[in-house]
Amino acid sequence: MAQYLELLSYGETGWGDELIRGVLITIILAIATLPLGLLFGFFIAVAKNSSEPLLRNAAHIYTTIFRGLPELLTLFLIYYGGQMAMSALWMLVFGAEFEVNSFLAGIVALALVFSSYASETFLSAFKGISHGQYEGAYALGLNRGATMRLVILPQLIRLALPGLSNLWLNLLKDTSLVSVIGLSDLLRNTNIAVGVTKQAFFFFFVACLIYLLLSIISSLGLGRISNWAHRGQGGH
Amino acid sequence: MAGYVASSFIAPQPAPKGLRGRKWTVSRAAGLVMLLFWALLGIGIIMILVNGYDPEKIAKYAPKIGDGIIVTIELVAMSLVLGALISVPVAMGRMSASPLWGGIAFGYSYFFRGTPLLAQTFLVYYGAGQFVGFFKAIGLWALFRDAYFCAVFTFSLNTAAYQAEILAGAILAVPGGQRQAADSLGLRRSVTFWKIILPQALITALRPYGNEVILMIKASSIASIITVLDVMGQTRVAFSKTYDLQIYLWAAIIYLITVEVLRRLWELMEQRLTRHLKR
Repeated sequence: MAQYLELLSYGETGWGDELIRGVLITIILAIATLPLGLLFGFFIAVAKNSSEPLLRNAAHIYTTIFRGLPELLTLFLIYYGGQMAMSALWMLVFGAEFEVNSFLAGIVALALVFSSYASETFLSAFKGISHGQYEGAYALGLNRGATMRLVILPQLIRLALPGLSNLWLNLLKDTSLVSVIGLSDLLRNTNIAVGVTKQAFFFFFVACLIYLLLSIISSLGLGRISNWAHRGQGGH
Repeated sequence: MAGYVASSFIAPQPAPKGLRGRKWTVSRAAGLVMLLFWALLGIGIIMILVNGYDPEKIAKYAPKIGDGIIVTIELVAMSLVLGALISVPVAMGRMSASPLWGGIAFGYSYFFRGTPLLAQTFLVYYGAGQFVGFFKAIGLWALFRDAYFCAVFTFSLNTAAYQAEILAGAILAVPGGQRQAADSLGLRRSVTFWKIILPQALITALRPYGNEVILMIKASSIASIITVLDVMGQTRVAFSKTYDLQIYLWAAIIYLITVEVLRRLWELMEQRLTRHLKR
């Protein structure tokens, strides 16, 4: 037991500090992806909800691609494809090499995946808002922007929250894939610790427990957000 | 002649504006721009594939990726079937009133759904290496030494947790009146379950099961990280030898077609199985 505590201690002999640094990278990656994914997802959902067939089809192509590809493959395509495209572009413009950052590639790939799922969640939330809400808002003289902001969005958040909560938990788990392209997140630092100490089962189990802890903390936070979103509903 | 009514008729007018073609709106322009972007991307990908066309490369790597497809199908099929078997007791635990079984099933489900599949795979594959003596003693070392077996093992346990939630949720979603009606008809508990509860539950579960199959196909690419040569594994090997991006594009096309075909087939099946519910 003491030997395991030693392995997790902070400092030269233990791996506690490395793991904590990894957890921070994992959290930062997920939090940095979230606004991007939500924003993209929302606009894709608006496009899918539009009466214009061109826009609807364009949005559906987006979802089909990024929900159909394995997350790992999306990541590799963004990382290697982005590397090649940016290098070519940089060579042309500045005549210098360009290195794609694995953190940035991770954010882009995860945001693409997140937004394609989020757009479906937002879309079904849009479908759950009755047309009378729009008509009522227009009858009160609100313009389209104000209707969206003051009438539709608050209801949309409430309806989409359960789905978005699941997507956030998935996002937390998907960040682990970025360890494969060399970002020192929790899983990669765990891998390094295993390589040095040969305590594979112990360290990977600890990593799993940390991920579990992150999702428990998230669930608690999401519960509070859900209470806030239901504040006008009474009884919750 | 000026008196003729016809001479004072209004000259023929052009058709009203609204009827000639649709109006240009912001959303139409946005849709056109987005579609144009997809078209350019599609043309770009086709150009990469055409310019990079190399019969030697195709002769060398296409059969390997074909082998990878077979490995992926086997991996997914085995994991899904084994997972379905494991999910039955877990789902029973999730529905049981006993705090012990309920707690164990909840813990199992929470662990496998709350941690990344990649971390679970590492835990099994590398973690097993720490217990060589134990596995040798019970004669299972030959299995746990093999990356392919470890992948099937982990994926089965993982999908079992998700499938158990689907199954338990679907069974609980059958209205209680169905069970009461069966009881009042004097049907045995087992008959009630197999003939009344389960068929209705499976209809509810059909769509989530389809999603789970698709998620499993996508997740199976994780096996490539522990050296299993599935589609993704073969692609990574080929890419590391050629540094040619079109190999990843092939893999992307294979996955997209597989997922899309499966989704359409599942939709057809769902329509067929729920035709008695249509009005």
